[in-house]
Amino acid sequence: MFREEHGRAVAVLVRLFGDIDVAEEAVQDAFTKAVERWPATGLPPSPAGWIITTARNAAIDRLRREGSREDRHAQADLEHAADEPAEEGAVRDDQLRLIFTCCHPSLASAAQVALTLRLVGGLTTPEIARAFLVPEPTMAQRLARAKAKIRDARIPYRVPDASDLHVRLRAVLAVVYLVFNEGYAASSGDRLVREELCAEAIRLGRLLADLMPAEPEVLGLLALMLLVESRRSTRTAPDGGLVLLADQDRNRWDRRLIAEGQAIVRLCLRRNEPGPYQIQAAINAVHSDALDAAATDWRQIVALYDQLLAIAPSPVVALNRAVAVAEVEGPAAALALIDALGLDGYYLFHAIRADLLRRLGRDAEAARAYETALTRTNNMAERDLLRRRREALR
Amino acid sequence: MKLYLLTVVEPVGPRPSPEFLAKVMHDVEVFRTEIKAAGAWVFNGALHPPSTATVVRMNDGEAVMTDGPFAEGKEHVGGFMIIKAPDLDAALAWAKKMAKAIPLPIEVRPFRDEAAEVRVALER
Repeated sequence: MFREEHGRAVAVLVRLFGDIDVAEEAVQDAFTKAVERWPATGLPPSPAGWIITTARNAAIDRLRREGSREDRHAQADLEHAADEPAEEGAVRDDQLRLIFTCCHPSLASAAQVALTLRLVGGLTTPEIARAFLVPEPTMAQRLARAKAKIRDARIPYRVPDASDLHVRLRAVLAVVYLVFNEGYAASSGDRLVREELCAEAIRLGRLLADLMPAEPEVLGLLALMLLVESRRSTRTAPDGGLVLLADQDRNRWDRRLIAEGQAIVRLCLRRNEPGPYQIQAAINAVHSDALDAAATDWRQIVALYDQLLAIAPSPVVALNRAVAVAEVEGPAAALALIDALGLDGYYLFHAIRADLLRRLGRDAEAARAYETALTRTNNMAERDLLRRRREALR
Repeated sequence: MKLYLLTVVEPVGPRPSPEFLAKVMHDVEVFRTEIKAAGAWVFNGALHPPSTATVVRMNDGEAVMTDGPFAEGKEHVGGFMIIKAPDLDAALAWAKKMAKAIPLPIEVRPFRDEAAEVRVALER
C-alpha cells in the first residue's frame, strides 16, 4: 500500500509545488508521521487522502520556514487549496503527468527507468541500486542528475498532445518492459530483488492500463508480462538451472495469471488494432493454451510472428519465427532461414543453430555452435544449459 | 518563459555543394520567418569555420594567443539560435523544425535564469 500511495502523493504534490524534491521530501515526511501515529490512532477514514493532505501541509511548512517572497505568494494559493479534498480524477491526471515526465525522451533510458521506479513506483534509491547492480551513490547521482535536468531544462509536467502521445507512450511502455526484463533475466543478482522488479513492472502495467484503457498497446504489454510471469516458477530448476519452455512442468504454471492475460489478449483481438506488445502477448497466449509442449499450435505462432515481422521487423524476431518454423516445417527449413540473419554476436542465435544442427544429426557442427554460444554469454544459468546440451551430444 | 540555446552541430569535412547550401539557406529563411512571427526568436548567427578561431588564455598575468579552436574535434559549433519558449517541449519543437531546415543535429540547452540579461531578453 505504501508504494502505491507514494506514487499518487508525489504526483499530486509535484503539480502543486512544481518541484520534485519538495514533493518527495514532503511525502517522505507524511509517511514517517503515518508510521508514528497510525498504530496508536488507527487508520484514518481515507489513508490516501490523509497522506496527500499531510504531505501538502509539510511542504507548506517547509516553504514557510525557508520562504522567499515569491514562495509566500505560492503559499497563499496553496493554503487556500489545502482544504480541497484530492479529487480522484485529478489524482489520475497527476499520475499520468508524472509518468510521462519520468519517461521524457530527453532523459537517458537508464535515468527514465530509475526515475519511474523511484517516483511512480515508490522504490527507495538503495532498492533500485540493488536491482540494477550499481553502487548506491551511482544510482543516487543518476536520480539527482535527472531531477536537475527536469528542473533546469524545464521539462513540462504534462501529458503529451494527441499528436505526440503515441511516440511518447512507446517510451513509457519501453521503460516498464525494461524493468520487467531486468527482473526476468535469470540468475544475476539477488533473486528476491529480481522477483520484486517483475512484480513492480506488472503493477506499473496495471496502473497504465487503468489510466489509459483506450490504448491497446498498454493492454498488450500488461498481458505479455502476465503470461510470461505465469511461467516464472517453472523456469528455474531446484539447482538454479534454466528450464526451457518445452521442458517446463505446465501443471505449475500460474492459471490465474494466464486467465487474466488471455482475457486481455482476447479483448485486444476484438479491438483489432494490433501492435508489437499485443502480438507478443498473443504468441505467449498460444503457448499457455497448450497443456503439453507437443500440443502447441505452432502454425498459429508462425502466423503471429509473420504479423510481428510485418510491423516491427528485426533479426531477433526473425530468429524467433524460425524456431516456430522448425516445429512446422522441420529443422532444415529453419536452419536455412536463420543462416542469413547476421546475428553472430547474439548467444541465442548460436544456441538455436546448435539445436537445429543437433536435430539434423550434424553433431560435430552442433558441438561447435554450442561452443560459440558459450563465448557469447556470461549468464551462469544460460552457460550451464549450453554446457549440458553440448555434453549430451557425446 | 525560458531562454534556450539551439546549437548547430556541424561535422568537420568538405563544404557541401552550392546547390545544397542554397536550399538550406532558403529553408532556414522560411524557418526564421516563422519563429520570428511566433515571437520566439531572440538572436541567431552562423559562424566561420574553426580554422578562423583564436584562443586567448591568461598565463602568469599575460594574455597568450593561440591559433585555432580550443579543442580539435570531429564536430564544431557551426551556428546557433537563441530562442524563448515556455518549456523544453516547446523548445524541442522549434529544434525539430530547425533540424529539418539545416539537416544537421541541433543541441538544445537551457540558459540559467539568474542573469539580468536573460531576464531582459525574456521580457522583451
